[in-house]
Amino acid sequence: MSDYKTLTCADVSIGDKLPPLDIDITTGLVVCGALATRDFEPVHHNKAAAVATGLPDVFMNILTSQGLMTRFATDWSGPEAVVKSLDLRLGAPNVPGMVMTMTGEVTAIDSDNSTVDIAVVGENNIWGMHMQGSVQLALPQEA
Amino acid sequence: MTTEDLKAFEDKIYAFVGREVCPPTPAKDAVNGAMIRQWAEVIGDTNPAYTDDTWAATSSRGQTIAPPAMMYVWGQEGFAVTTGRAPDAQSELVNLFNEHGYSGVLGTNVKQEYFKETSPGDTVVMAMTIDNISERKTTGRGPGYFFETLATFTNQHGEKIGTQRFKVLKFIPQEQPAAAASEETLQVPTRIASPRGHDNKWWWEACDAGKVLIQRCKNCQTLRHPPRPMCGECQSMEWDSIESTLEGEILSHTQIHHPKIPGYQYPLICAVIKLAEGTNFMANVVGCEPSDVHIGMKVKGVVEQVDEKTMLPQFYPA
Ligand SMILES: [Zn+2]
Repeated sequence: MSDYKTLTCADVSIGDKLPPLDIDITTGLVVCGALATRDFEPVHHNKAAAVATGLPDVFMNILTSQGLMTRFATDWSGPEAVVKSLDLRLGAPNVPGMVMTMTGEVTAIDSDNSTVDIAVVGENNIWGMHMQGSVQLALPQEA
Repeated sequence: MTTEDLKAFEDKIYAFVGREVCPPTPAKDAVNGAMIRQWAEVIGDTNPAYTDDTWAATSSRGQTIAPPAMMYVWGQEGFAVTTGRAPDAQSELVNLFNEHGYSGVLGTNVKQEYFKETSPGDTVVMAMTIDNISERKTTGRGPGYFFETLATFTNQHGEKIGTQRFKVLKFIPQEQPAAAASEETLQVPTRIASPRGHDNKWWWEACDAGKVLIQRCKNCQTLRHPPRPMCGECQSMEWDSIESTLEGEILSHTQIHHPKIPGYQYPLICAVIKLAEGTNFMANVVGCEPSDVHIGMKVKGVVEQVDEKTMLPQFYPA
């Protein structure tokens, strides 16, 4: 049941890479992500509205991208980690048919406060950088 | 726009700095397990801290929490936005930009900080102001202004649980290049096409046919690469070519990290390779970890189709 492990600062080194994660951008993910984040802006569920803005199809909303970014970080750290901040620069839209690959690397460790900073990039295979930024996690103090 | 007009416009927009977009407003629904589960399913987040009551009871928190990235979700207006948003200071500001030609809109940055986690039963209260507006900037999208909203989140006890800064660029749209955007289907990008001129077209055409040729002076037999019209040894312009065996040794190598160019596969190793025939050749090294690539490494090239449009010699560890 509780065989979930959470990293501590002692387990982590600067430069550690997070396991890459490929996300298939489907219409389902875009539309359902928008609804799950209560974002009813038509460009995220109505193709005609998205096309009117110059894009080929509905595109992922920011709240879904934020969710994927924190998931990517806590998939790696384990569930006792506390997300302290999420800082995103937004790039090219994620549109159905693309694949977004997320990669990340530990850039800072503060043992006194038991926090780690992770630089994360989400790049799609068609237009490149979708999001780039950092996540700060507080890891459990060592027992 | 004259200098006076610009000044008058900027006076109007900068008057929005500090204005309230919404007063502290409690979310219509308390933090709840149903919305959390739906979010976790779609995001694919299996973190038991969000959805597993049994695990959470034994965890240091003692209960499930809402995903931090849902902080802004609780206060969302809902389905009503499909027919437009209620007017507020932000929409007034946006309208003012639009009326002056700054009709383009692009969310550029969002930063959330979290001070306290929330759990089912908590009520998230959100307030928002327009925090700052930049000077007029020249951007890749066109001239414009960045404005930033600051949202502050508290819980039902008045404890601060987080903040969000959201930066938006309002810009004067430039003439759109014939964007991939208007295409009906997404084209998987291919590598940058080889430049084929009078002096090197023959080389690329042989490559398309699966061969790597090396130019040879007809007068003195000296080999040369890349292709060029004149022999550097004897200045003869008479030449033919031989086919390379693509056996070689790495003289120098590097790994391309940034910027990643669509159409290329990463990790991307570029190496200068000394071919058995004696000429040097620049190509990608594949089929091994970047950390395995070293000077002096023996490699063997194969002309391969690397994408829908491109044939290229790639080198593998020999
Ligand atoms: Zn010669």
